[in-house]
Amino acid sequence: MRDALLALSVFLACAVEAVEALTIVLAVGTTRGWRSTWLGVGAAGVALAAFVAALGPALTAIPLDSLRLVVGALLLVFGLQWLRKAILRASGFKALHDEDAIYAREIAEASAAARAERGFVDDWYSFTIAFKGVLLEGLEVAFIVVTFGANQHNVPLAIVGAVVAVGAVAAAGVAVHRPLARVPENTLKFVVGVMLTSFGTFWGAEGAGVSWPGDDAALVVVIALTAAAAVALVTTMRRLRPAPATREPEPVAEAA
Amino acid sequence: MRRLRAFGAFWYDFVVGDDWRLAVTVVAGLAGTALLVHIGHVNAWWLLPVFVLAALTVSLLAVTGWPRRR
Repeated sequence: MRDALLALSVFLACAVEAVEALTIVLAVGTTRGWRSTWLGVGAAGVALAAFVAALGPALTAIPLDSLRLVVGALLLVFGLQWLRKAILRASGFKALHDEDAIYAREIAEASAAARAERGFVDDWYSFTIAFKGVLLEGLEVAFIVVTFGANQHNVPLAIVGAVVAVGAVAAAGVAVHRPLARVPENTLKFVVGVMLTSFGTFWGAEGAGVSWPGDDAALVVVIALTAAAAVALVTTMRRLRPAPATREPEPVAEAA
Repeated sequence: MRRLRAFGAFWYDFVVGDDWRLAVTVVAGLAGTALLVHIGHVNAWWLLPVFVLAALTVSLLAVTGWPRRR
């Protein structure tokens, strides 16, 4: 059961990040040409593969309890970030992620930027934007793949979940040749936030020495309770949201 | 030096994010759980979820300005 939840979590997280990376790559590629864009995507892919290849085996060599404590803590901090942002978006305190708007902005910036050649890259702007876009979006996925996979001692399954998600998003992107704005990205981020927070709580507590009542079955309960608490927080936050005319919400830094 | 600082800032933002209190609460929750289990001999499986929920609630309410607005 843990393996199925692991694959599902990695797939969803990876799909969300791949949708965001696709928007950047499409905007740069269609505006400025594909050669340098593909080089940027390829270079970022190699960097991400090296990150997973280096960190995966290193983490699996750590004793299980220590690993669960460290990885549980990291996943929990990471998951709480996702969940916090997802709740802020769902309750109206933070703008929803809009791929069409991001695509339009990227197109405008790509059209205005000057062209410069460096080494074998004929358009440095396309290369760096594609590289940074894929690397930054992919780093979160690589982190999730490595931590989930190492904890379950099943890095290959986590990699398969990630590769299938990237493949599905890339195929959809090639088919429609525009950003995948109809993917329910904000809902998926909410689900991923719940999953990361739940796994982090479960593994972190196990690493601290706890025996969960019901063993693995407790994970399902933790997921259900985290989801219920998150939905309750969205409802509460919506009630606390001031009318736009009377008070603007405090600005929240954009990320992820 | 500037690059090193930027590198550190990137990883801080990547792991800790917008609200450092969440990270501090997670560490405190895990430390408290470990202390209760190994020193108090209490199977404190309930402690970390309580810390997590409390940290998330406080972090979110801080964005709304509550309870100052009430």
